[in-house]
Amino acid sequence: MNTVIAVPSLRRTTAHAAVLARRNLMSSIRRPDVLLLSTIQPIVFMLMFLYVFGGAIEFALPGAANGDYVNWLVPGILAQFAVFGASATAFGLNDDRTSGVLDRFRSLPMARSAVLAGRTTADLMRAAVILLLQLAVGILLGFRWQNGVLGLIAGVGLALAFCYACTWITATLGMVVRSTEAIQAAVYMVVFPLTLVSSVFLPTQTMPGWLQAFAEHQPITAIADALRGLMLGAGALPPGQTVAGQAMVALAWIGGITAICVPLAVRAYRRAAT
Amino acid sequence: MAEPIIEVDGLVKVFRGNVRALDGLSLQVEQGIVYGLLGPNGAGKTTLIRVLTTLLAADAGSASVAGIDLNADPQAVRSRIGLAGQFAAVDDYLTGRENVELVGRLYGFSRRDARQRAATVLERIGMLDVADRQVKTYSGGMRRRIDLAASLVGSPQVLFLDEPTTGIDPASRRSLWELIRHLLDDGTTIVLTTQYLDEADQLADRIAVIDHGRLVSEGTTADLKNRVGGTVLDLSVSQADRPNALAVLEEAVVGGVTVDPGRDTIVLPASDGVTTLYDVLGRLDRARITPTDVALHRPTLDDVFLALTGSVPGNEAAAGAAVGAGTDRETGADR
Ligand SMILES: Nc1ncnc2c1ncn2[C@@H]1O[C@H](COP(=O)(O)OP(=O)(O)OP(=O)(O)O)[C@@H](O)[C@H]1O
Ligand SMILES: [Mg+2]
Repeated sequence: MNTVIAVPSLRRTTAHAAVLARRNLMSSIRRPDVLLLSTIQPIVFMLMFLYVFGGAIEFALPGAANGDYVNWLVPGILAQFAVFGASATAFGLNDDRTSGVLDRFRSLPMARSAVLAGRTTADLMRAAVILLLQLAVGILLGFRWQNGVLGLIAGVGLALAFCYACTWITATLGMVVRSTEAIQAAVYMVVFPLTLVSSVFLPTQTMPGWLQAFAEHQPITAIADALRGLMLGAGALPPGQTVAGQAMVALAWIGGITAICVPLAVRAYRRAAT
Repeated sequence: MAEPIIEVDGLVKVFRGNVRALDGLSLQVEQGIVYGLLGPNGAGKTTLIRVLTTLLAADAGSASVAGIDLNADPQAVRSRIGLAGQFAAVDDYLTGRENVELVGRLYGFSRRDARQRAATVLERIGMLDVADRQVKTYSGGMRRRIDLAASLVGSPQVLFLDEPTTGIDPASRRSLWELIRHLLDDGTTIVLTTQYLDEADQLADRIAVIDHGRLVSEGTTADLKNRVGGTVLDLSVSQADRPNALAVLEEAVVGGVTVDPGRDTIVLPASDGVTTLYDVLGRLDRARITPTDVALHRPTLDDVFLALTGSVPGNEAAAGAAVGAGTDRETGADR
């Protein structure tokens, strides 16, 4: 009577992940209010920083920014959004757990990793749309890339790769932390300090020494700097850094985060009892 | 009994805080029947279902479903079972059909097969006409049905339903019962949990009464009823009259007189219903005892427990509800 044979091959896992990614995307498209707000918010964010900080700090910018804060800000804000956009994964998984949907998935003959892969993929796709929109608004406001279209594309690719790595951090978070409020608190607690104490908004040289040391060695700065290098050229980087060098540092962070967080998230998923 | 489709042997599950949710539970379920797990809140029903559906690993003991050991090959077990959990696990923003098709796809069926199976199942549960509405527009009963449909789409050999009718109005509940009974037609074995005796009575061929993670009693519904008696008489008397009353009652109905300490009430089987009631009241009258409250009703879960174990689970709660319990006990029977 039973025709299903449960062998979770790679093909099956991918197929299941795709089915679930589609479900997640459909489910979020059917909530136009949430979708609209979560799209507008990062753009409002960018405008706010552009006009609040813009006038004050143009003098502090490196030459490649062309004296225009928008040139400095856009690559930074893309790096920041990569993290913010990734936080959707924590909320989505948590929703699925509290509604019992994860239990249903866990009772089905499918690979454990498919649920996480489907969720992170859907969130990456959503983030990609918003990120491109953010970039487009930036261009409307005067952002000019200075390092060729390839540099721009490589920058966007890197931002998305970072975003994807971050979805696995937040996937772990979503499985370990039990309530939406706690997830919210955790995201803000980590993302705000990390993005403010970084090169996202301001060059780190203006910070006091101890803070600067931290700011220069944390992943968001690494990504923001790499994006600037790729989009604006070496002139936008702190002295002594090369575009290729910064890109390597960024890739190392992405690789490191992925290597650690994918197994962590899968383990947390396995254990997550309602 | 033919080869059982579910075998549970000495299952133990201890949660943090030393809660023994399953405490050496053993039972066997024959193929093609509805098996009811009956027990009060916290008895361990959901925990047992979670272990049997591979969501939770037991700390000790063993279990097999459809002849497959849970530890040896959980993935093979998963392809043979369906689960509708205690709360409907559906995506509010997808339509009913999309939800069912999704689960079909995740069982491993092709897009076309999943679509076809979903349509068949939706038709069967009478949801075809509303299948293309988003679940968030459904009533509680409709959500339950869609959840049930999703658990059926893989044609499971064993179907697990955790409190399938909780929170549903009586009419929908009755039609859900009917639906569940119909599933037996194609040989599906159904394991369901319930807190309600009447539900177990209506639905289950065999019942396991569970409390504190242990098996209290097991048998056909007829077996269980015989152990409780068809009708139950609740009697309250003043504290001073209690010893006399108990002596008189023991004489009237030999055996089976118990005191429910939570409600401070004397409980006895009234095998002849109203006749027993008259007889008992007459005897009390002759002994110059006037009861403060009397109620005749069908046995409730509490009565089953009282008869089987001599105590009612969750006495603290019962004690709190004892005030004026006399009158709403009758309605309590068909909660
Ligand atoms: N994840 C968990 N962590 C800690 N304790 C748990 C967990 N799940 C269940 N328990 C405890 O185990 C016991 C049995 O719970 P279970 O959910 O199996 O009961 P139940 O019979 O389904 O009750 P109900 O009728 O309320 O659904 C309870 O005391 C409960 O508090
Ligand atoms: Mg339960």
